[in-house]
Amino acid sequence: MKNVWKKVAALCVAAAMAVPFTGCQSNGNSTADNSTGDNAGTAAEGGVLKIGGIGPVTGGAALYGIAVKNAAELAVKEINENGGINGMQVEFKFEDDVHDAEKSVNAYNSLKDWGMQILMGSVTSTPCQAVVEETHNDNMFQLTPSGSAVESIKYDNAFRVCFSDPNQGSASAKYIGENGIASKVAVIYNSSDVYSTGIYEKFAEEAENQPFEIVSAEAFTDDSKSDFTVQITKAKDAGAELVFLPIYFQEASLILQQANSLGYAPKYFGCDGLDGLLDVENFDISLAEGVMLLTPFAADATDDATVSFVKAYTDAYGETPIQFAADAYDALYIIKAAAEKAGITADMSVSDMGTALSKAMTEITVDGLTGSGITWDAAGEPTKEPKAVKIVITEAEDGTKSGAYAAM
Amino acid sequence: MKKLNISKTSRSNFITYGMVIVLAALMMILDGAGVLSSSMRGFLVPMCIYIIMAVSLNLVVGILGELSLGHAGFMCIGAYTSAVFSKCMVDTITFAPLRFTIAILIGAACAAVFGVLIGIPVLRLKGDYLAIVTLAFGEIIKNICNVINLGVDSAGMHISFDKASDLNLAEDGQIIIKGSQGISGTPKDSTFLVGVILVMITLVVILNLINSRTGRAIMSIRDNRIAAQSIGIDVTKYKLMVFTISAAFAGAAGALYAHNYATLTATGDKFNYNASIMILVYVVLGGIGNIRGSIIATIILYILPEKLRFLKDYRMLVYAIVLILVMLYNWSPKMQEYREVLRLKLKAKFGKLNKEESIT
Repeated sequence: MKNVWKKVAALCVAAAMAVPFTGCQSNGNSTADNSTGDNAGTAAEGGVLKIGGIGPVTGGAALYGIAVKNAAELAVKEINENGGINGMQVEFKFEDDVHDAEKSVNAYNSLKDWGMQILMGSVTSTPCQAVVEETHNDNMFQLTPSGSAVESIKYDNAFRVCFSDPNQGSASAKYIGENGIASKVAVIYNSSDVYSTGIYEKFAEEAENQPFEIVSAEAFTDDSKSDFTVQITKAKDAGAELVFLPIYFQEASLILQQANSLGYAPKYFGCDGLDGLLDVENFDISLAEGVMLLTPFAADATDDATVSFVKAYTDAYGETPIQFAADAYDALYIIKAAAEKAGITADMSVSDMGTALSKAMTEITVDGLTGSGITWDAAGEPTKEPKAVKIVITEAEDGTKSGAYAAM
Repeated sequence: MKKLNISKTSRSNFITYGMVIVLAALMMILDGAGVLSSSMRGFLVPMCIYIIMAVSLNLVVGILGELSLGHAGFMCIGAYTSAVFSKCMVDTITFAPLRFTIAILIGAACAAVFGVLIGIPVLRLKGDYLAIVTLAFGEIIKNICNVINLGVDSAGMHISFDKASDLNLAEDGQIIIKGSQGISGTPKDSTFLVGVILVMITLVVILNLINSRTGRAIMSIRDNRIAAQSIGIDVTKYKLMVFTISAAFAGAAGALYAHNYATLTATGDKFNYNASIMILVYVVLGGIGNIRGSIIATIILYILPEKLRFLKDYRMLVYAIVLILVMLYNWSPKMQEYREVLRLKLKAKFGKLNKEESIT
């Protein structure tokens, strides 16, 4: 018996030693299997295009990463079923970064070992800033679905699908001002989040030109995002009629609940991060009645593309896609459009592909879920219009409530 | 010919240096030959960073015998101060190695200053109390880094603890630390070579310190504080010294960290107690007081979670199980007994082999 254990121990040690040096090549193929589809048969004609994705699949920001991963896999499956890109089948692999810059760079390196040629990521802004330095060094084409900070795409090889933060901030301020929604506005934002602070700063700047006044602006951080009583009380005491929430929906759901229990019922206005509010578990969605948000995507829009995407996504993963999912789905089709425009082939080097795709990006126009007729400038920013929607809650006869986004 | 007289400890030290140099050389050769995978190449610098952290923490935990849970706080100070320096000087000093050397020195010095400042009131405590206070200290550092806004323009530096727009920078000013979004755009100066050099400096300083008169004084404090005091050893002085040296190396590691990634933030669990405990795990699993063990444990435990990526969602679960198994293997009395038996058996076997060989 002891001898057996000895052998097992020796094997374990040997395996542990060998892993750091080898490991990579063999892992890649097995994990990508579920999304590659039937590439074996067609691989001979056009080759295989390897697209990597990076985002948080575990940890606090996991929701966004999972949405992106699911939607991207869905898109890859569709693309492959319809003949791939330029005859090339697409292989997609997604790596976890736990919303951390260091892990994100590690994930990027590990994807490079797998043979990644195009990067769709990182999902969150701060890790994206670290990864963009690496893709810039390799001149790899990078398209982030949702990294919205200005610095996330500061090089020529990087583009994004979502709006930039400043863009959303000024659009929100203009919308509130031009439609005369409120005259006294309070802001609650997350000062440790690039996304939230970016929007807030631009919002405050634009507010000076608008016929409303910011009466209170209170911040919270990632380390203190469970109790918002202080921020809500300040907004209430300052007499704000509208609370602007440039934050993600989990915190927003807490703010709505806590404001309700404090007997404060202002109007709420948010950005694309609020999309998903209706799917928060144990959240009384009737509180969300009338919440306004600027978003490029609403899951219950009636156009064909959205309807079929939402159906496919719901069938595959059993939940309604949030805006991140739509961004990722678009991202894959944008890559496809750019790749077809640039006429890339699987045997091109990563750097040549990067140059060709970056050039093609400024020439294409894409109709996606998150906007129609989207174009890009050389800086990587998309041109598309945010849509304002309002949450409407309807109560069925049996008392179950359901929410929907209605265009304003 | 006279035989070289090398003591047992020096031989052990040279084995440690040799191991690091051989590993580093191996990595460099593999890298030069282009067979090293990108992910492995990406691990090289972080590995150096965590080795420095583990070795310097081992000085406090293993040699001084005090539990410090604020080690990541010193790393944070080193990272922030060196990154601020580099960002300010990136146009003035264009020779990267010089700028980076100064940045590392500044990072180490600032961390050391904080080490002294914290050490003076704190080191009168011991055991659990010291652990709690250092833990709190690490969190304070992290939270301060989270709220600080720093900008530079022609008039000098501007600091605000509220928001970046309060800095009132002139037209030519640039924001260096932007609240909890931290510092972005630090020049990427860290290389594996610099990392290895820093690891070697750390090892030489710490191993020599341990084997010096001072080191023996420090260990006597660990082993019996009252006896040490009774023979005239100034306990507070030595404690402060160890704490400061350890902090300085953590600061240098922080500088290396800050210059390895384009963004530096103190949010999340990069510099909080989780990070401190992770480094403590490296130290404990490698063997408390065993410097070479710390190096080996760091290398394995840093690479392991990355290499377990193929397990997908179960990655961190498996990592935790591995930690438990290693802990049991190292420290369970039954396991130690078994290892001893195994060692004797092996010895007997190989001893026999040797005999057979000598016969033939």
